[in-house]
Amino acid sequence: MSNKTVVQATINGEEVEFLCETRQSLLEVLRDVLRLTGTKEGCNNGNCGACNVILEGVLVNSCLVLGVEVQGKSITTIEGIASPQGLHPLQQKFLEHAALQCGICTPGVLVSAKALLDRHPHPSEHEVRHWLAGNLCRCTGYDKIVHAILDAADVMSAEVTK
Amino acid sequence: MDSETLEQVASADISVENRHYKVIGSRPIRHDGPDKVTGRALFGADIRMNGLLYGKVLRSPHAHARIISIDVSRALALTGVKAVVTNADLPTLESVVSRVGEGSINWRYLSSNLLAGEKVLYHGHAIAAVSAVNPHVAEQAASLIDVEYEILSPVITVDQAMRPDASILLDELRTNELGARGSTPTNIASHDQFQRGDLDQGFSAASVIVEREFTTSTVHQGYIEPHNATAIWGTDGQITVWTSTQGGHDARRQIAEVLQLPVSRIKVIPMEIGGGFGGKIGIYLEPVAALLSLKSGNRPVQMTMSRFDVLAATGPTSGSVIRVKMGAAQDGQITAAQVSLAYAAGAYPGSPVGSAMSVILNPYRIANVQVDGYDVVTNTPRAAAYRAPGGTNAAFAAESVVDELANKLGIDPIDMRLINGIKEGDRRVDGPISRRVGYIETLERARSSPHYLSALSSPSSATCKVGRGVGSGWWGNWPGGTSSVSVVVNNDGTVNLIEGSTDIGGSRVAMAMMLAETLGIQASDIKPMVVDTDSVGYNDVTAGSRTTYSTGIAVHKAGLKIIHEMCERAAQLWNVDPGTIDYADGVLTSGTNHIGFKELARKIGDGDGNVVASVSISPNGEGVALATHIVDVEVDMETGKVQILRYTAIQDVGTAIHPAYVEGQLQGGVAQGIGWALNEEYVYDAQGHLLNGSLLDYRIPTALDLPMIETVLVEVPNTTHPFGVRGVGEVPIVPPAGAVANAIANATGLRMTILPMSPRHMLEAMWAQAK
Repeated sequence: MSNKTVVQATINGEEVEFLCETRQSLLEVLRDVLRLTGTKEGCNNGNCGACNVILEGVLVNSCLVLGVEVQGKSITTIEGIASPQGLHPLQQKFLEHAALQCGICTPGVLVSAKALLDRHPHPSEHEVRHWLAGNLCRCTGYDKIVHAILDAADVMSAEVTK
Repeated sequence: MDSETLEQVASADISVENRHYKVIGSRPIRHDGPDKVTGRALFGADIRMNGLLYGKVLRSPHAHARIISIDVSRALALTGVKAVVTNADLPTLESVVSRVGEGSINWRYLSSNLLAGEKVLYHGHAIAAVSAVNPHVAEQAASLIDVEYEILSPVITVDQAMRPDASILLDELRTNELGARGSTPTNIASHDQFQRGDLDQGFSAASVIVEREFTTSTVHQGYIEPHNATAIWGTDGQITVWTSTQGGHDARRQIAEVLQLPVSRIKVIPMEIGGGFGGKIGIYLEPVAALLSLKSGNRPVQMTMSRFDVLAATGPTSGSVIRVKMGAAQDGQITAAQVSLAYAAGAYPGSPVGSAMSVILNPYRIANVQVDGYDVVTNTPRAAAYRAPGGTNAAFAAESVVDELANKLGIDPIDMRLINGIKEGDRRVDGPISRRVGYIETLERARSSPHYLSALSSPSSATCKVGRGVGSGWWGNWPGGTSSVSVVVNNDGTVNLIEGSTDIGGSRVAMAMMLAETLGIQASDIKPMVVDTDSVGYNDVTAGSRTTYSTGIAVHKAGLKIIHEMCERAAQLWNVDPGTIDYADGVLTSGTNHIGFKELARKIGDGDGNVVASVSISPNGEGVALATHIVDVEVDMETGKVQILRYTAIQDVGTAIHPAYVEGQLQGGVAQGIGWALNEEYVYDAQGHLLNGSLLDYRIPTALDLPMIETVLVEVPNTTHPFGVRGVGEVPIVPPAGAVANAIANATGLRMTILPMSPRHMLEAMWAQAK
């Protein structure tokens, strides 16, 4: 049995402390240690984006980050996208546009889209498609996902203007 | 209102001609949506419980080998390991074939696919499984299992497998030759045939004949969620399984057969399912996890496949070789067609060649025809259903030839299909007389669509060429199987809808909408839920585009029963004869008395017995689906890369219950079809090793690869469903490969006869043409 390391991090605004083996990925820590199962495993080698989280403001595949690497860092997962006031505009638009079918890629796509809009509040369709190229969806053909993200961007910029 | 009157009222008020729906056709937010956008929805691999152990599988590094011995002692000696299971832990099964889902299964073959017996038949074939305190220890232990093999030569393609001197996979296999059992060992499991008319006469009446051979690669369903199962074999002998499946009851039956236990010993809890497309009908892990639990002191065991496991050992659909010879007269009438299809079944018989034999020519009315189909075993994973199984490759071949005939005759490709397209009353190539279908309507809408009327865009560079293609597709759907639902009226006027059809893409909201329409209340007042196999009657799998059709009929019937009961309750309240009560738009009226559904539910409360209804049905209807697609492509003549510029899918959808999710089915099917057309293929080396077992190398379309996918929903109601529903999920994957091939031919003059039409295959075809 390998030794475990104590790690402190901020996850969705809350300070947490956990024990993890050095070989455990951040994805495993989130799902198996912290039981935040909203972040999904699709491939475990960085190809599908289902495990996307935002680490220190940067979009990452949590399957490619080790748990011990997040010491002192801040992480946003799908569980941290909505606020106490309600759903994030992206979440709301995904529901309105029927931008999900089975829903397994949805957490990763939403986290990825949030990282996009955090950085580029007014993306073009091409920029959305380019940004999402790391998030595989097998159900939707991406059409309604792209529409939902563009619509959410419009709503959010209208809110900022108000 | 008595039940006979109710049925009459129902057929008068809620008939397919009545298009004044209040709920159907609207776009409410799906009930399970909020949980799915916040990460709260629980999929199979999200189950966490005390004492959970993890299971991992040892898989064959060889495509074809005899297992001489298995030594598990080093694995069991590793700290943290709890148990190991092999084929020796499974009961020995008779060779019996049963229907599972839309297909059939031989229980002995299913068992030896779960854990290999005497032989491994493909790279990735499961051999043994280990349970341990964490997945890392389980994986390490699996690698410590020592297996001695006698390596045999593999056959990977149907051509290799059908050679007279081919290496034989299954010693006992004999060809089922048009119903007669063959006498010699073979890899050809069956040969079937449709034949009608006079081929010689048909071809001699043709002024143009095209004959081509097409080759298509093995492809995978590509669901993003890996297969998983969590099982507890309780100390009382009861087995509980949490899994991602397209059908809890079918999973239960398969587990029961493989373990030789009565179904009452097994409860399957279907979790949210992360895509299936046919690939999550057959089981892979469930009995193995249960056996590991039994041997690990009854602790729960969770198994989740790696992505390599998913690609190497589950899914795929058949690679194929398809020959098409078709002739047409000067006026465009197809006079004869002769087709043969050989489909790779993988390790055990059961490719979808049977449905491919129907798909390939069924859009057309052809008097002189012969279709031969061969089911061929190969050293690749056992083929599973994949969305309109067998249809995409079949239509790729036929639609290419129809397009070429049209070109040679100087007829517009849509006109060519209008001349030959199947209508009500025509005999289909596979036998039955066609009922009312909307094929002609899809062609007319295609011809008048903004897409078809638009000019092609200019090439983006001097090395590029642009072109437009059209393709059609037919799919039979499965308007049958058993569906069971229960409905409970709550004392606040909301309604619980309890069903067993697993929801793979929004079917809960569609069921809720059909119940709301029947009852005349809001969809948001219905609470639809998919429950475990102990809590609802039997349901066949969510497959064959049957759920909104069959379970929808059950929902409608249950709604009628609820109306009947509510009328009885109102009659008691008002002390009138129930027959005097009129029920419309959620309001009950008798003379001057009237009361709304919700108010009556509140008055009934919980004290006088709930208003409940249960229905179990097995409809035997019809509802075939037809679609026509238009695609514009740009071909880079230097690199061979094909880019999709514009895509429009036109489909007869019967009635769109929730149009957004119907559009989504079309868009998703098109995206998978484009992946099949342009990128996706299994790459094997000469020894049968899978070389591209990752989502980097097995490349499904990304957001950047696709344009917006335009949809046209043609609604020709299905007369065998109370709301006119046709299955919509499968047929949209049928036309894309043919449509894209026809667009490439239009752009370049190059007739592609191989899938995928990847840069490599495109360049090889261009070089061959240049010679």
